[in-house]
Amino acid sequence: MTRQMTGAEMVIQTLIDQGVDTIFGYPGSAVLPIFDELIQQDEVRHVLVRHEQGAGHAAEGYARSTGKVGVVLVTSGPAIANMVTALADARADSIPMVCITGQVPTTLIGTDAFQEADTVGITRPCTKHNWLVRRIEDLPGILHEAFRIATTGRPGPVLVDIPKNIQFQTGTYENRKDKALTQYRPAVKAPDAAIREAVELMAAAKKPILYTGGGVINAGPKAVALLRDLVQMTGFPITSTLMGLGAYPASGKNWLGMLGMHGTFEANLAMHDCDVMVCIGARFDDRITGRIDAFSPNSKKIHIDIDPSSINKTVMVDLPMVGDVGHVIEDLISAWTAREPVRDMAALAAWWKQIDAWRAKKCMTYRPSTEAIMPQYAIERLHALTKGGDTYITTEVGQHQMWVAQYYGFEEPNRLMTSGGLGTMGYGLPAAIGTQLAHPGALVINVAGDASIQMNIRELSTAVQHNAPVKTFILNNRHLGMVRQWQTLFHGNRLSNSVADAQPDFVRLAEAYGAVGIRCSRPSELDDAIEEMIRIDRPVLFDCRVVNLAHCFPMVPAGGAHNEMLLGADEENEMVGGGADKVLA
Amino acid sequence: MMIVAGQSQSAYFLEEELPSTERSHTLSVLVDNEPGVLARVVGLFSGRGYNIESLTVSEIEHASHMSRITIVTTGRPPVISQIMHQLGRLVPVHKVINLTWAGDALERELALVKVAGKGEIRDEALRLAQAFNARIVDATLDSYVFEITGAPADIDRFVGLMKECGLVELARTGLAALARGKAGI
Repeated sequence: MTRQMTGAEMVIQTLIDQGVDTIFGYPGSAVLPIFDELIQQDEVRHVLVRHEQGAGHAAEGYARSTGKVGVVLVTSGPAIANMVTALADARADSIPMVCITGQVPTTLIGTDAFQEADTVGITRPCTKHNWLVRRIEDLPGILHEAFRIATTGRPGPVLVDIPKNIQFQTGTYENRKDKALTQYRPAVKAPDAAIREAVELMAAAKKPILYTGGGVINAGPKAVALLRDLVQMTGFPITSTLMGLGAYPASGKNWLGMLGMHGTFEANLAMHDCDVMVCIGARFDDRITGRIDAFSPNSKKIHIDIDPSSINKTVMVDLPMVGDVGHVIEDLISAWTAREPVRDMAALAAWWKQIDAWRAKKCMTYRPSTEAIMPQYAIERLHALTKGGDTYITTEVGQHQMWVAQYYGFEEPNRLMTSGGLGTMGYGLPAAIGTQLAHPGALVINVAGDASIQMNIRELSTAVQHNAPVKTFILNNRHLGMVRQWQTLFHGNRLSNSVADAQPDFVRLAEAYGAVGIRCSRPSELDDAIEEMIRIDRPVLFDCRVVNLAHCFPMVPAGGAHNEMLLGADEENEMVGGGADKVLA
Repeated sequence: MMIVAGQSQSAYFLEEELPSTERSHTLSVLVDNEPGVLARVVGLFSGRGYNIESLTVSEIEHASHMSRITIVTTGRPPVISQIMHQLGRLVPVHKVINLTWAGDALERELALVKVAGKGEIRDEALRLAQAFNARIVDATLDSYVFEITGAPADIDRFVGLMKECGLVELARTGLAALARGKAGI
């Protein structure tokens, strides 16, 4: 069925036909016709942010916590320049996002008009695809195709730039949901021969490991359930990247913890020593592999990924399988069941014995303190007091983010929203708002650092306006903690520009925004303070004063191999600085 | 090796045993002829640090808005394979073919070569042009413009000789290339 309507109406109608109930954005001259339609309907809710970057991260939080597409609507010029960080972030972490932007009228394009920027040019390298709409006839097809491309295959951000005169023009609208406009069709199933060969390799493995990533979560709840079946069926140990946490439960007996630069001793050594590695929906990022020529030198590697360009990009693998993680695992399970493989159980038992020996190292041990709050302790308590509930965690980027990955055990997927690939400080607060608005009754906590939180602190105002009772739990160590750690370890302890001078009073700042501020600096008072934070049904800034100079360990130094790890015990060394128990006065 | 949008692009079936030396490869890329498609391809090369030695683009099917981009690039086989997969990921890209891996492809380029001079040197330029099957497309009393079509190496040789015969300037089209035989892409 087709209808006549304006370009601006087509945008709203497309959102409705795509089942979008919430969008994030900021109005401006070139997008006003769409905002005018927005206020005259009530099927799509618009969340006004304080800066376009915040809209982007809020949409990412909304998308990652629901598995649905995140949608943003902003104007031309400076708005799209501000949006670039969020687009690049969504691209790096494969987050489905549709970004609709206003543009100056077609007659003004190329004239350096007011608030004109080459939006498709600026965003080409940080989107999965983008369009400048030049004719009203093209608009419905492009809008619906944007949703198809953003959500299928390897998800990512897609941008549609609509000049203002086209928003005013009238044309014919047709609901083209799921109708292809381009020839884009990602492959879904891997070839049978590859499935059979993978089963042979896995069945013959003496020292196997599953290395999983965000692709499993992106593939949806069914893929996550199938992954858990695969672990159950094979008995293989499993580790995961930051983006994959929660796909397999942290309390599961086969769980080794996160791998990589701040991964566990057991996960990294198992990766290094394994003979068969099954990489599922991960991409051998440099923070995972460490030194490439020393990465898992003796293993046969199977790589399952929906994006062919992820395969053999940095690490050469023996068996690439291009397809949707869910479909491929399903086929692997059927082939394994049909094959009923005879396995070397003695070798597998010896492998688990070795893993248990590594586990006995207890690499996550830190020096406890009764005087001051250790950051690791703060995350452990936060986990203990919020687990079992309907809890979502977002983070900013830095030491606190890694401590969350290490000490907050995620049991379910879509519960951790964090900036993995791009490493965007300022991601956590707007992402928490997007998450909270998608899950109104849930407890949403943004774990932050005192530096990161200030990058998008203005979005606290958004949280207050939209009654999003997000809790921001700041591990305040008065430094850019991770920068300071690298300077201490690798730059002669010269703390160049990493000390937080002129820090705001976070409690009074919260109050100024109309939120609630809480401060805690004693371990003995921490539990009560966290419980108070949970009870408050309003946005909270929690200023958790932690020891200033704690390091995030274990650590594989950049360019190091997995078996060259710095452990917490090394913190006793002079080189690492003796200030771990130094407390903020 | 060929990458086709929408087909099972399992590298398992496509990746062959390949020599590991760095050499030049000719890639043929079929794309939708839409605004920005060339910028996407060029941006991919610059953004990921790949090298472009030659690039030509032109519409080949007006009705279906299809263009062929022919790119000459250099790298070891894993890098070339990665370039092809990255190209295959772009939404307007229909097919990517490595003509160098496909076999002895036909590769042709056109050049316009302007020389100036009088007397013996002018006669020598004309004799060499005839030997290379170059055509005279412009002539004055003291200059020629030659048009030559051929494999890039032949054009290199001709241009090298013309440097001794009063070469003034040179324009080359970049490469047009097709696989031999009856099969099309």
